[in-house]
Amino acid sequence: MADARAWFRLERKGRLLRFVAGGVWVVSEAARLDRELSGLASGGSPEVEIDGSGIERLDSAGAWLLVRTKRALEQGGARVTSLSLPDRYAPLIASIEQEHVAQPVVIAKRHGFVPVLERVGRGTVGAGRQGYRMLGYLGRFMIEWFEALVQPRGNLRFAALLHQVEEVGINALPIVGLLQFLIGIVIAYQAANQLRRFNAEVLTIDGVAFGVLRELGVLITAIIVAGRSGSAFTAEIGTMRVNEEIDALETIGINTFDVLVLPRVLGLLIALPLLTFYSDVMAMIGGAVMCYFDLGITVPAFMRHLQHAISINTFLVGLIKAPVFAVVIGLVGCFEGLQVERNAASVGKLTTRSVVESVFLVIVLDAGFSILFSILNI
Amino acid sequence: MTMATADREVVIKVRGLVNRLGGNLIHDDIDLDVYRGEVLGVVGGSGSGKSVLLRTIVGLNRPRAGTVEVFGEDPVPHRERPENSVQMRWGVLFQEGALFSSQTVAENIQVPLREYTNMSQALMNEIAAMKLSMVGLPADAARKFPSELSGGMKKRAGLARALAADPEIVFLDEPTAGLDPISASQFDALLRDLQKSLNLTVFMVTHDLDTLRATADRIAVLVNRKIKIGTIDEIRRDPDPWIQEYFSGTRGRAALDS
Repeated sequence: MADARAWFRLERKGRLLRFVAGGVWVVSEAARLDRELSGLASGGSPEVEIDGSGIERLDSAGAWLLVRTKRALEQGGARVTSLSLPDRYAPLIASIEQEHVAQPVVIAKRHGFVPVLERVGRGTVGAGRQGYRMLGYLGRFMIEWFEALVQPRGNLRFAALLHQVEEVGINALPIVGLLQFLIGIVIAYQAANQLRRFNAEVLTIDGVAFGVLRELGVLITAIIVAGRSGSAFTAEIGTMRVNEEIDALETIGINTFDVLVLPRVLGLLIALPLLTFYSDVMAMIGGAVMCYFDLGITVPAFMRHLQHAISINTFLVGLIKAPVFAVVIGLVGCFEGLQVERNAASVGKLTTRSVVESVFLVIVLDAGFSILFSILNI
Repeated sequence: MTMATADREVVIKVRGLVNRLGGNLIHDDIDLDVYRGEVLGVVGGSGSGKSVLLRTIVGLNRPRAGTVEVFGEDPVPHRERPENSVQMRWGVLFQEGALFSSQTVAENIQVPLREYTNMSQALMNEIAAMKLSMVGLPADAARKFPSELSGGMKKRAGLARALAADPEIVFLDEPTAGLDPISASQFDALLRDLQKSLNLTVFMVTHDLDTLRATADRIAVLVNRKIKIGTIDEIRRDPDPWIQEYFSGTRGRAALDS
């Protein structure tokens, strides 16, 4: 069957043009027939007869081509007197002739100047709306938060909170620890290479301590947590939205903020400072290991120098950022989760957006902190 | 259907099919023939393996034992000549339509055409418009994305995609589930019309007794891991308690005796 062909020919008898078709007029032949049929004209014959009685097989694509040919001939001024087909195909051709007068579908272009302009416009309006919604959400969070603190009405779910601390904090220990250890090694190595030129290798310790404690410890941890937990918040809450679980909670009369947002943000608020402390320790260990192998500074010597080099403030300046980052990551993750529409594709889209937004905000806030601290001379 | 079944062409042939899912025996030695041009309705309780049977026939699920032949072939795509694959000769409508969410309805409909033919874009656009009106969707649905459609429209669009390359067999998984009764009976009529005019073979998994009565030539009942096949009247005489409950319960009688 795959080798069978469709064919047609034109026969001219005086004023009459006969369009004779045969073979298998099916979808696999349609591309070829389409090319051959284009530009077909009645050639001035006022009457046309379409004879499809030689057609062995006809499907809707073939039937469409016949109907289209007939219409094209009619538009060219000819009168189509008859269209004959084997009886079994009469219903098909009839239904296509009657119903399918539709204009061909036009597929909107996705490239070019105007669509780009449209997308830019949509993006701008979308970003504005997003900011507005986020502000509203932040306000609601503040109120709920304040209420939870001022008049606890049992709306803090301890089991959920502990679960989040475990999920966000304890389960992140291996990956955060390993990465921070490696960061300590990398910084120590780079610092040692530069400082060796000035015979100031011992200042490597200062470099590692300041870099890690003030900036990298908390920043890298926050970025890992944003990728690990912020995305999880969005995906979890988003999936609940798709399954109508959030609607179910609301109809039962449960405050979704209490059960979904508060435990997650609070859990992160507890876990991220602890994780940051742990990160600082791991990175310092990495630095100490590198100092020992690369510079021959023993661990006791490292510790002694460290005590002189930094004050407790260096450590606190880094740690103070952790709760801020925690709230940002938690809020963005939950907010985007609640924005999910009722389709699976939007879960993925918003999860990506949640991670990008929270990493972006974390770095912007970190820069803000740097400026603030330099003004305050800390 | 007065034609003797013996001399009709078998397009789907299942022999000795055994399926297990998660340790549970779902199908135990099932034989099934589907003839060209018939509408076969597959019914069964929840978890009786209706959808698994469909998925096995279209090659999404490898059976534990037994064979499945569609047009006398194992339903796997041909590597060298994909245009000869059985995939080109069937269309599948999944429960929620399974439209590709990143593409418009028109692009969805054109996927099989783009994959298996080298039609010009203009012809594919005409065919997409034709399929849309065949399944009763307005022309402006073509530009929409699946997320902008209602459940019923998604099913219709999914059917349009299943019919895009003029398949010989259409598999429908619960085509009327979740539709309101008016849309459901429109769907029945649509299916009947299309089946007649395109001479389709339809393999339809459904719970809907109205749909069965309106469209099915024969019914296959999955019960106790076995299959029972017959016309609706033959099946109703079967003494199996589940079948009696199904067809003679209040809903069954209301649908069948009206």
